Amino acid sequence: MAIRVQVEAFDPGAEVNAMHAANVGVGAVVSFVGYVRDFNDGRDVSGMFLEHYSGMTEKALTKIAVEAEQRWPLLKLEVLHRIGALEPGEPIVFVAAASAHRQAAFDACAFVMDYLKTRAPFWKKENTPQGPLWVEGRESDQVSAGRWEE
Amino acid sequence: MSINVLFFARYSEAIGLDSLEMEGDFATVDAVRQALAVDPGFEVLNETSLMCARNQELCGLDEPLQAGDEVAFFPPVTGG
Repeated sequence: MAIRVQVEAFDPGAEVNAMHAANVGVGAVVSFVGYVRDFNDGRDVSGMFLEHYSGMTEKALTKIAVEAEQRWPLLKLEVLHRIGALEPGEPIVFVAAASAHRQAAFDACAFVMDYLKTRAPFWKKENTPQGPLWVEGRESDQVSAGRWEE
Repeated sequence: MSINVLFFARYSEAIGLDSLEMEGDFATVDAVRQALAVDPGFEVLNETSLMCARNQELCGLDEPLQAGDEVAFFPPVTGG
């Protein structure tokens, strides 16, 4: 698995291509890309800052990825999350799972995103016309994560 | 015992600190939280949606502590 937390921008297309390069056993790659929107809760958003808990972030993402690899037969799993200043339209998060068949890849990708949303220590602060505002956690994210509990 | 306490995002702004060192006997993460929350400057730690971690792993407020542990308090995470 690959876990990356970085300030630098990335190319989602190149990341997807790298998921099956040099492994012809990969029959399916499912990826998710999250982008910075220019609105949230009815407010314009001109950019955001992503704070994180350095050290715990990497541990939390690794733990989520290990659990995904235990649950599904994956050939490759990548989790990439940006930190720092971001502008609308920029990719912020990338998760991709490669497997022999599609269902494992679909499920693992959704699982990693649902757990990342509720367990990885990132916080978004949006630049709005009212000034910088911290994004509030959403109950719907907790519900989404709950569907993976036994 | 000595405990290193960290605050993040909205909590660190409200408290005005990123971290502090606490000395005393703290059986659990909640004992640390309660000791801090008596000061009005730390009232965000009374929020019911508060999340916490011990040594960089999410935990419950009843998590037991040992000397030298790192404890963190933060609002619900909003990455992705």
